[in-house]
Amino acid sequence: MATQITQAGFFTDTSICIGCKACEVACKEWNGLAGNEPNLLLDSFDNTGQLDAENWRHVKFIEQMPNETHAVAAPVATGGGQAWLMMSDVCKHCQHASCMEVCPTNAIVRTEFDTVYIQQEVCNGCRNCISACPYNVIGFSAASGTAHKCTLCYDRLKDNRMPACAQVCPTQSIKFGNVEQLHQLADARLAALHQQGYSKAQLYGRDKNVYGGLNNFFLLMDKPEVYSLPDAANAVLPSRNNLPGYLGGFVTAVLGVIAGLVAFRRRGELPPAAPPEPAPVPVGAAPTAPAAAAQHARPKRRRR
Amino acid sequence: MILLAEHYVRAPDWKWYILGYFFLAGLSAGTYTLGVLLRLFGRPGDERAARFAFLAAFPLVAVCPILLTVDLGQPLKFWHMIIDPAQGWLNFKYWSPMSVGVYALTIYAGLSFVSFVGALYGPVNRLLEGILGKIVMLLGAVFGLYICAYTGVLLSVSNQPVWSDGWPLGGLFVASALSGSAALLLLISRRRAEMGSSVARLSDADRYFVILEAILLVVFLVTVVAAGTAGSLFTGLGPLLWVVVVAGLAVPLLAHRTLRSLSPVWTSALVLAGVLALRAVVIFGPQG
Repeated sequence: MATQITQAGFFTDTSICIGCKACEVACKEWNGLAGNEPNLLLDSFDNTGQLDAENWRHVKFIEQMPNETHAVAAPVATGGGQAWLMMSDVCKHCQHASCMEVCPTNAIVRTEFDTVYIQQEVCNGCRNCISACPYNVIGFSAASGTAHKCTLCYDRLKDNRMPACAQVCPTQSIKFGNVEQLHQLADARLAALHQQGYSKAQLYGRDKNVYGGLNNFFLLMDKPEVYSLPDAANAVLPSRNNLPGYLGGFVTAVLGVIAGLVAFRRRGELPPAAPPEPAPVPVGAAPTAPAAAAQHARPKRRRR
Repeated sequence: MILLAEHYVRAPDWKWYILGYFFLAGLSAGTYTLGVLLRLFGRPGDERAARFAFLAAFPLVAVCPILLTVDLGQPLKFWHMIIDPAQGWLNFKYWSPMSVGVYALTIYAGLSFVSFVGALYGPVNRLLEGILGKIVMLLGAVFGLYICAYTGVLLSVSNQPVWSDGWPLGGLFVASALSGSAALLLLISRRRAEMGSSVARLSDADRYFVILEAILLVVFLVTVVAAGTAGSLFTGLGPLLWVVVVAGLAVPLLAHRTLRSLSPVWTSALVLAGVLALRAVVIFGPQG
């Protein structure tokens, strides 16, 4: 790898992904990931399922085959790159990273290669990053008690080597390099696809409207939602709820204190009342009604 | 708030320990706040209830760090929450509720401990009379109310369905903690004749808090319905938990008017169960 890497990233061109999963294997091989127990998911050609602590690369298979009814009632053109989509998913190494934003221990840092990295010796396994990651990337390892995700082969980058997944990709669907150069490649590829009639082809994460730009960005053949990626309107940072959340809490606390003050207020408090002196009753006179009541009063049973 | 929000996320697997923490921390902080209000603004006869509030608040919060630590994947690294081992200096991220919450919990636990000792020992209590005691109590109430609120904000400051769609969670948890705390104090004081004068006012306070909670609950549900994520709150045990939540809100209001024969013990117990059920349905529902 001759180029000096300053802002490392991947440009994943899904239009030429063949779903061979070489990237998944190379990633596990290099990073010493044991993988999960084999699980027959019966979902297309996918038995990995999702990214997690043991899978830092995952090839998604998205089938959009028109069924018979559909084909008869309203024939849909197959092909166009949209019938069977494949996408090698990975951590996006966002410029505005949700995981990094919420991490309370500063275990998640940005490296000298501008990638997002979880320091295993600092992470204490609070899992706040998992609740924040909008891409379902970070997984918790019960074995290590910490959070894990793609490091963009930080150790290989230090050695001036290409990440394992990009190196083995047989179709060069995964292209590695400096993000700026990858942008140029992606722009050219998108223009070519549009020229060939693939009108739905689009770049995801190339611009700043998705988390300030993704170091690992994609060329998609359909809308982001089809690939389970949030669109620009939904690509929002957790901190957006800080102000409304705290404001709601503050206003409620003020109202709660006022309610408490209204309930506990001293208003209307009287000094302990002295027992009323009985009015002098003339000898021989009939007692007045209250006095008679007092005379005949019996101690009431106290209600529990 | 986004109409029909998209979420492609994994649940953090925050379960029983976090539920226990949210419940106990809310009760402790709410109880402490009510104790401060009773002592500073109540009648002389409320002093007993205030003392019980301070006696209850610290033991409740003392359990919380244990629950939080046990929930960590690496419990022995709990101190990384406050100290950055790489820098050897304090960690503080004001934009991360979990980071701020750890500091707030530490400070609140210290202040509630001071009030606890003051409520136990006369000599210490005399030290806390005057301006020093008032400063301790007011700071304790401020940090306590923050603890109530931040547990909800912590959930909102994520990208999880329901949690991140429902920004009113912070306020909802404050109101809920206060109503649960009033119910707890009513439970403690119900058989103590010397606290009889406080009982009626605590019942009044509880009704106000319940009304506040009910309003915020509606606002919260509107936000999650608008986001299209409310469904997860009604799966599994969700409907049962909602029955308890609604009962915890309705019974104290009805007990005042129509259900006068209902034992105050049952009323308070239902309010507390409702507070717990609300947190359970909010924490567990979206996580599946």
